[in-house]
Amino acid sequence: MGGHAEVRYFFLIICSIFNYNASANTIYVGAKRTHKNIRSAIIEATNGDTILVGSGIYNEQNLIINKSIVLKGIGLPILDGERKYEIISVKANHVLVDGFKLIHSGISSLEDLSGIKVYDSQYVVIRNNILEDTFFGIYIQNGMNCIIENNRLKAISIEEQQSGNGIHCWKGDSLRIIGNSISGHRDGIYFEFVKNSVIWRNISKNNIRYGLHFMFSNDDMYVNNVFRNNGSGVSVMYSNRIKMFSNYFYENWGDAAHGILLKEISDGYMEGNYFTKNTSAIFMEGANRIHMKRNVFENNGWALKIQASCVDVVLEYNNFIGNTFDVGTNGSLVLNQFKNNYWDKYEGYDLNKDKIGDIPYRPVSMYSMIVEKYPPAMILFRSFITTLLDKTEKILPSLTPENLKDSSPMMNKAF
Amino acid sequence: MNKIIKYVITDILRNKIVVIYTGFLLVASFSVFSLEDNNSKGLLSLLNIILIVVPLVSIIFSTIYMYNSVEFIELLVSQPLKRRTIWLSLFMGLACSLSIAFFIGVGIPVLIYQANWIGFTMILTGIILSIIFAAIAFLATVKMRDKAKGIGAAIMLWLYFSLLFDGLVLFLLFQFADYPLEKPMIALSTLNPIDLSRILILLQLDVSAMMGYTGAVFKDFFGTSTGLMFSFFVLLSWILLPVWYSTRKFNSKDL
Repeated sequence: MGGHAEVRYFFLIICSIFNYNASANTIYVGAKRTHKNIRSAIIEATNGDTILVGSGIYNEQNLIINKSIVLKGIGLPILDGERKYEIISVKANHVLVDGFKLIHSGISSLEDLSGIKVYDSQYVVIRNNILEDTFFGIYIQNGMNCIIENNRLKAISIEEQQSGNGIHCWKGDSLRIIGNSISGHRDGIYFEFVKNSVIWRNISKNNIRYGLHFMFSNDDMYVNNVFRNNGSGVSVMYSNRIKMFSNYFYENWGDAAHGILLKEISDGYMEGNYFTKNTSAIFMEGANRIHMKRNVFENNGWALKIQASCVDVVLEYNNFIGNTFDVGTNGSLVLNQFKNNYWDKYEGYDLNKDKIGDIPYRPVSMYSMIVEKYPPAMILFRSFITTLLDKTEKILPSLTPENLKDSSPMMNKAF
Repeated sequence: MNKIIKYVITDILRNKIVVIYTGFLLVASFSVFSLEDNNSKGLLSLLNIILIVVPLVSIIFSTIYMYNSVEFIELLVSQPLKRRTIWLSLFMGLACSLSIAFFIGVGIPVLIYQANWIGFTMILTGIILSIIFAAIAFLATVKMRDKAKGIGAAIMLWLYFSLLFDGLVLFLLFQFADYPLEKPMIALSTLNPIDLSRILILLQLDVSAMMGYTGAVFKDFFGTSTGLMFSFFVLLSWILLPVWYSTRKFNSKDL
């Protein structure tokens, strides 16, 4: 997991900041100071200086930070992009931006104007900022060892075209996205070509498209995040060795919405995640060697839609509670393994009292196969005939895949 | 008219079968609510009882009752009473007593455990279903002179509405899978009071929200107040049409 490396980097950053402080000047910016605006303070600053900005509204147009400095707001000074400019552009290593409120960035799909954009830099820390009505929120373009922490991002766009991503990372290594809250953007958090990074304790909700969007990013981990009520949930595609721990996926509703979409994912590991009230909690397509353990699926339409293109997916010790359909699939080929899960619809018995059911559980019902093929059949939901079909299918499986079964279902909740 | 209704109601409420039916519903509802750990799950189990048991008992009991009161009807016809009045008051009496039985059996437990909009819809649709199937039973009895045939027809009708119709819908779905069928499905559901009631209750339970596009289409229609009014109007016409038709038949029937 590279935990040691991260800790080491973290200390490195902290140390570097303190080192600079020790040998550097502090420049004040404010209405009653010599520097009335931040731009002139940056011109005067040298590497390692600290710029403290007092409260007020600053129209700096595009503020470019090209020195290794600490830029810190005191009393939440406001930087206004006047709906024209990118507000802060970071083009140096070892920069810290702390405690600003950034509002009204410009909108341009050509340049991806952002609240704060980091260009080809390392060891940049962006924390405790509030971003409102920005096109892209915080944008890291080719960054290494950057930290984005405790920022609050809120966009008010309605259309997908008119809005950018909250935290957008394009090409990066060892990034840490911690404790941010993002709402109203196109994608809450967007990762493309980002390696060895951590997404931890973020809240991403009410975004237009995805709460989290992952593409071509390997060896990343996300922990303790909340994804709620996003247009299409969370999407993880074309990535390897992703780890997900204790995330919450709530209320992602709609035909194309998934708690999480796993497409062309290999060697993933998911543990302790909660999926509640999603249309389909997990949708898997072309996923290989995914290990899912101790997750909770509660009150979803479909707990799991696993396409026949998935290979070697292992599900064990998960709880399936109150889902309309437990598992849906599109073919009869099953190369995945279900074991020791708890299914609340299981009707078997346990004669030898080892808390494992004696007969296998088949999570794919006949009716779910029908609905998968003919969605309007939903109108027969909970009718007598579908119950009858399910019962006969349970006794003599013909349409549902023979091998999709949990041979050792738990009698009680798995944990 | 009132006298006949009163007589029919007291006669039926003293009937052993109705007492047993009420008792069964009462026990079933209470046990469902006390067995399930959350009440909305209990409601779902109760849904099956309402959609299967209530129509069955309603239609069979009404049919048998009508055949058993042939002599009573003949006696009434010999009195200076309009045939229409006799027939309608018999229907009212039967419908009232079945509704009372349902209300005691299911309504009271639901009101105790789930006194909200969902429970209310459930009770209402249950009562309407009881009345609808009594009306359909009247249609069967007026058409068939023979008791065995009549009861057979009643059972077939129940089977049709609770099972065969849905099978037919499924068949149509498979046949016309290439077409957008969401809206025709709504139209089709009005042809079966059991389906319509089921959809109404399920929408109240809000499972539909989980069902993606199709569910959304249904919700869009049945969830709005116009859709709700429409479906109750359809259910009402499921009572009125058979009753109207059977009354007309009874008026000119050679007893």
